[in-house]
Amino acid sequence: MWRIMTERFRQKHRTIGFPCQEPVLPEAYRGLPRIHDLNPGDLQRLAEICPTGAWAARENRGVCLDLGRCIFCGTCQDRDRFAGVDFSRDHRMAVRRREHLYLGGKGLPLTEPLEKKRLSLFNRSLKLRQVSAGGCNACESDINVLSTVVFDLGRFGIQFVASPRHADGLLITGPVTRNMKRALEKTYEALPEPKIVIAVGACAISGGIYHDHSETGGGVEKLLPVDLFIPGCPPHPVTILDGLLRLLGRIK
Amino acid sequence: MSKDGLLFFQPGQVLSVKDIPRLSLAVFRSATIGAVATGNRIVSYFARPCTDEGELELIMVLADDQAGTLSTAATRVGDRFPSLTPDCMQAHWFEREIAEQWGVEPEGHPWLKPIRFHDSYGQGGRTRAIEPGFTDYFRMAGDEIHEVAVGPVHAGIIEPGHFRFQCHGEHVFHLEIELGYQHRGIEKKLRLGPDRRTIHYIETLAGDTTIGHATAYAHLLESLGRCEVPPLAKGIRGIALELERLANHAGDLGALAGDIGFLPTASFCGRIRGDFLNMTALLCGNRFGRGLIFPGGVSGKPEASVFSELQLRLEAAERDTSGAVKLLWDTNSVMARFEETGKLELETAQAIGLVGPAARGCGIERDVRRDFPSGIYRYAHLPVAVWHSGDVFARALVRWLEIQRSLVFVQEQLDMLDQGGDPAGPAAPLQPDSFSVSLVEGWRGEICHVALTDDRGKFAHYKVVDPSFHNWFGLALAMRGQQISDFPLCNKSFNLSYCGHDL
Repeated sequence: MWRIMTERFRQKHRTIGFPCQEPVLPEAYRGLPRIHDLNPGDLQRLAEICPTGAWAARENRGVCLDLGRCIFCGTCQDRDRFAGVDFSRDHRMAVRRREHLYLGGKGLPLTEPLEKKRLSLFNRSLKLRQVSAGGCNACESDINVLSTVVFDLGRFGIQFVASPRHADGLLITGPVTRNMKRALEKTYEALPEPKIVIAVGACAISGGIYHDHSETGGGVEKLLPVDLFIPGCPPHPVTILDGLLRLLGRIK
Repeated sequence: MSKDGLLFFQPGQVLSVKDIPRLSLAVFRSATIGAVATGNRIVSYFARPCTDEGELELIMVLADDQAGTLSTAATRVGDRFPSLTPDCMQAHWFEREIAEQWGVEPEGHPWLKPIRFHDSYGQGGRTRAIEPGFTDYFRMAGDEIHEVAVGPVHAGIIEPGHFRFQCHGEHVFHLEIELGYQHRGIEKKLRLGPDRRTIHYIETLAGDTTIGHATAYAHLLESLGRCEVPPLAKGIRGIALELERLANHAGDLGALAGDIGFLPTASFCGRIRGDFLNMTALLCGNRFGRGLIFPGGVSGKPEASVFSELQLRLEAAERDTSGAVKLLWDTNSVMARFEETGKLELETAQAIGLVGPAARGCGIERDVRRDFPSGIYRYAHLPVAVWHSGDVFARALVRWLEIQRSLVFVQEQLDMLDQGGDPAGPAAPLQPDSFSVSLVEGWRGEICHVALTDDRGKFAHYKVVDPSFHNWFGLALAMRGQQISDFPLCNKSFNLSYCGHDL
C-alpha cells in the first residue's frame, strides 16, 4: 500500500487544463486545413493526387475540401504545386451538419449546442455507447484515451457505458461494414429516446478511404441520423473532446 | 532448392514468379508437412488465379526461424483438393481463408467455415457471403452444459467479434471465435496497385500497427524496386517501430491491471501509453505514425530539437513506466490473478504457429528482429525476451522485458542517428513478374507481406498476414479449462487485432 501511495505521489497530477487552457500539440500536427485562392484548374490536379477523392467543386462555394472524406495525409500541402492549401494547427473541427464539412475559404461553422430539450437532459450527464463498425482501432484508441487521467472525461459528466440501454447516445467509428450493419442498427434501437448519434473519423462520416468498397456502407449517415461529425483519421483526442463539449454547450 | 522441392530464399530477396517451384499436389503436401514437422512454420499460404480461365495455384511460404531462411513452393489445384489441416494444424485458418476467397473446398478440413463472411473473389464469385452470426457453431451436449454468446458489440471501446463459449457452470470447455465483422475488402483492392491509395490502406490494415504494416510494405516495395534506403530513414523507422511497441505494451499492461481491478497501474499506464504515442507524433504529427513511412524512406527530416526532445521524454517515460509496472510484480493479489491463468503449453503454441509476445511467453524464441532482421535491425540487435510459463503472467512479463529493451534501443538509435543524412532515396518502378516477401516484428508479432507483380510491375497479388491471424486460435485454446470470468483477462493478454485479421 505504501509503495502504491508513493508511486501515486511520484506520478503526479497529469490532467490537462483543456478546455480552459489551449492544448499542447506537436509542431508537425496537421489540424484544420486552410484554403485560399484555388481555381478550377487546381481542382483537377488536386483530385488526381487525393487518395480519398475529397476535393470537389461545390455550387456557390468554389473549390472545396470535404473534411468528412479527408484523411489529413497532407499530400495536397505541396507549396510548389498548390500555394492555396496548408494545414493549420487548429484542433477544432467538429460540426453539426454534414454539409458544414465542405471546407472552402471561409472556415468551419463549429458545433452549436443541442436543442433545448436534449441539452437540458444531457448537458451535465451524457452516457455514450461506443460501436466500432469497421474502425481500424486508431479512432477507437483515441476515444479510449479520453477516459484516462490526461483528459479525464468524467469531470465533464461524460462517460462510456457498457450497454446501449444505459446510454443516451451512440458514438460510432468505422465505415459501417456490411457485416456490422445489423449489429449497429440493433444497438441504435436499444437506446432509449431521446438519443444522439456521433460519427467519429473520416470512415464513420463518409466511408473515408473505403467509401467505394462494396463491403462497407459509406458511413453512418446512410443508416442513422447524425448529430455530431468529428473529422480526422483519426481525430486527435482534443478534437473529439472539443466536439463533445461544444455539443453540450460547455465550450462556446 | 531442397531435396523435397522447396526453394529457399530470404525476406527481401526478389525471385522471378517463374522460379517458384511448381510441385505436384502430392509432393507439395509432403514437402509442407515434412518441413513443419521438422520445425518450420507457415508464414503465408494463399491461392491466386494462375490462368485466364481462373485456375488456381496454392503458394506456400514457410519459415525456418533457426536458420533464418524462408522457403516456398506452389501447386495447381481444381475446385477441390485434400486439406493439409489434419496433418498440419497451422494450415487450419489459412485453408478456411482460401476456401472463402476462392470458393474452393479443402476436402477433409475438420472445421470448414468462413472467417470473414464475404463473397468469393473472381468473376461473379463462386460462393456468396452469409451473414456472420448465422452459422453453425461447435456445440456440446449434456446435463447443465450451456452456451454463452458474446458480441459482436462488446462492453468496452473495442472492435467487434463474436465469441461462443461452451460452459459447464463457470468452467469453459471450448471457445469458438468468429470474426469478419470488420471486413473492409482491402486485400482485393490492393491488387493492381501500388496507387495513391495503397499506402493508406496499408496504414489502416490495423490502425494501431500503422508503423509495423507500413514498414513491411515499404521493405517489400524497396526490394521489388531495388532501391536503397538512407541510414537516417532506417534509424527513424526503427525508432518508430519500437515506439509503437512501447505504446502498446505499456497500454496492455495497464489494461491487464484494469481487468483485474488494480487501478494504480491501470491509470498510470493508460496515460503512459499516450506519452509514447505523442512521441511518435513528434516525428510526424500523427500519434499513430500516419504519413511517416513510405517506400524509399521517411517523410521529412525532423529538426535536431525533435530528437533532443525525444531523449528527454524517453527518460521521463522510462521512470514512469518502471514505477507503474513494478507495482504489478510487487502486489500478491495481482500475481495471484496472472499466474496459471490462460495457460498455453509450449507444444500447442508450436503446433499452431503462434507468434509475437504470446509465443515468447510460451518459451518459444521467435522474433523477426533477430531471426530475419531487416532495416536497422541488421546493424543493431535486440535480445529476445522469453518466459516459459505460457500464462497471463508470462505474456505480461514478456511485454515488460520488451519495454525495457526497446527503451534502450530507441535511446541508442537516437544517439547514433545520421541527422545530416537524407530522409528518403529515389523511388523506383517495381520489377515485373517478381515475387518477394517481407517480415517485420510488429508489437503483436510477425507481420508478413507477400507481393507478386505482373508483367507491368503492378501487384498481381498482394497477401497480408497480420500476427493476429496466427494467434486468435491460440486465445481460443488458452481459454480451455478456464473460468469464463477470466476471459477478459486472457483476451487482453493476447490483445489481438480484429481488423488486422478481417482486413
